[in-house]
Amino acid sequence: MWEYTDLVKEHFLNPRNVGEVENASGTGDVGSLACGDALKLTIKVDENGVITDAKFKTFGCASAIASSSALTEMVKGMTLDEAAKITNEDIADFLGGLPKEKMHCSVMGREALEAAIADYRGMALPMAEGEIVCECFGVTDLEIIRAINESNLRSVEEITNFTKAGGGCGKCEDRLREILQQTVSGSKLEWIKPMEKPKRMTTLQKIKKIEEVLEREIRPGLRKDGGDIELLDVDGDFVSVSLRGACKSCSKSQTTIKEYVEKKLRELVLDTLIVEEN
Amino acid sequence: MDLHHDAVIYMDNNATTRIAPEVLEAMMPYLADYYGNPSSMHTFGGQVGQALAKARRQVASLLGADPEEITFTSCGTESDSTAILSALQTYPEKRHVVTTRVEHPAIKNLCENLDRLTGHKHRVTRLKVAADGTLDLNEYAEALTEDTAIVSVMWANNETGVIFPIERMARMARERGILFHTDAVQAVGKVPINLKELDIDFLSLSGHKLHAPKGVGVLYVRRGTMFVPFLTGGHQEKGRRGGTENVASIVALGRACDLAAEKMEDENTRVKALRDKLEEGLLAAVPKSMLNGHKTDRLPNTSNISFEFVEGEAILLHMNRYNICASSGSACTSGSLEPSHVLRAMGVPFTAAHGSIRFSLSTYNTEAEVDFVLEKMPGIIESLRQMSPFWKGN
Repeated sequence: MWEYTDLVKEHFLNPRNVGEVENASGTGDVGSLACGDALKLTIKVDENGVITDAKFKTFGCASAIASSSALTEMVKGMTLDEAAKITNEDIADFLGGLPKEKMHCSVMGREALEAAIADYRGMALPMAEGEIVCECFGVTDLEIIRAINESNLRSVEEITNFTKAGGGCGKCEDRLREILQQTVSGSKLEWIKPMEKPKRMTTLQKIKKIEEVLEREIRPGLRKDGGDIELLDVDGDFVSVSLRGACKSCSKSQTTIKEYVEKKLRELVLDTLIVEEN
Repeated sequence: MDLHHDAVIYMDNNATTRIAPEVLEAMMPYLADYYGNPSSMHTFGGQVGQALAKARRQVASLLGADPEEITFTSCGTESDSTAILSALQTYPEKRHVVTTRVEHPAIKNLCENLDRLTGHKHRVTRLKVAADGTLDLNEYAEALTEDTAIVSVMWANNETGVIFPIERMARMARERGILFHTDAVQAVGKVPINLKELDIDFLSLSGHKLHAPKGVGVLYVRRGTMFVPFLTGGHQEKGRRGGTENVASIVALGRACDLAAEKMEDENTRVKALRDKLEEGLLAAVPKSMLNGHKTDRLPNTSNISFEFVEGEAILLHMNRYNICASSGSACTSGSLEPSHVLRAMGVPFTAAHGSIRFSLSTYNTEAEVDFVLEKMPGIIESLRQMSPFWKGN
């Protein structure tokens, strides 16, 4: 069970401003069903640029709902310029704090607010102009850099906690580490370079590395014989692959998997990997 | 910290169960007065040894086993690890293990770490499940090879309650000279088990799923099966498991096994009827809800239902408001935003997997409780859906 503050529980059980503002001046739509959380924020802005009304619809856990509710309470009565300055930390603080694994819920709130303001102003989302780093959750480098700076993030895990980047397939982990290094060194903090080859790898790191080795070391050989190989899944040490083309009907396919593919992957990625054909 | 238990509607019995009052009564003297060590020479300790022997007979009787085939452990996880690692050590030349994609983490994570634990390379085949959570016996037959040291398949799945055809699967392994282990933690007390008539070599069970306390388990080892202990130490449990016996909990488990035999009929009639009423009521009252797992090949107490377009943690916390206890397959935590590996293996779509709730009943549930849950759940789901940007009405 999560240790939620009383304020989080209160906003979750009695959420304020649920629904959609009629004839909204701006709408912010972030997240998706597959991601496990999503937020649609609608705001009404008067002629003086003051937010007179804000409503939300949220799919997600208790802290996602509480963050959305808090956000709508915070922005009502603010000018757009004031609202634009709200950070995810402000939302979390309003609720008396969030568990660190749930910080991305507050980030979702801030993103929805930015999207709604940009929509009202007829502008493109500044953060959306960055380069997409995490494809699973559509997180850009600008969003990541901002989270690193605003929340003093110092590890890839923290970046995932705050932005969700890297929390899906994990292919972007190396890029996240790079961004973290650049951003942190830019802010004059000491940065210790991570070890070249980690002894333990996350599944996400494994997938990336395995794909790399397949592409560089294994596919060229198989393609010469009219075959190919596809990576289906990585679960713990189990690597599930499928042989394609000429390899599929080859009587030596089991030998190819065990003697060639598994051997290479154990040598170059992790010596505990077990390759299975599906 | 405030603890509360009043008026809790407990429908999370696949997570753990309440200690039966009869069981608590049976174990109390061994916490209070009879604290002797069963290995001691004096009568004060020796009489405790007799209590252990009785508990062993009680467990054996529920399983249709001989008392000498029963070894007490600390939990289901220890029993599972002991069985698998024993098999791999007694057949060191065999390097293949067959299991499923929906095992409990006790087996799943063990199988992922076999190489590290044994110092040898192993190949693990993890059988797929169909959309209703059932296994394909043809795939199973093909997976069994001369190199296979052991098969480990759970008797019933903890998340969906789906029951696997363990009798047939054990026979198929035996015919090929392969050891067979089953994690029967969820099945014991709900499914009749007679090990004398089955080809099972190892079976794990856990006390706290059976109205005994946490911290006690059993490993059944068929007579004549080669065995290497997991915990070496003293000569307790005939040298099969070192460590001074958890006497009170073992006595409790013995009593719980007697009770389980008495209540098995109730589990499969009254409790099943309550489960069915709850399930049918929810599926009828809540649009866009669906059952996860096979409708009939299933434990009588378990119902795993997905409510589309809402998220599991939010549902559970609303239920918590009414003191209704259940579980969810959803895991809304960054880093693992993916729902349970069981639902994922069954191919349950994301729209539904995030909103899955597992109800698991016991003999202590009443019809009034089911009615209360049926009264509250539709409103909880409806209020969350009203809040969900994906909900477009019925």
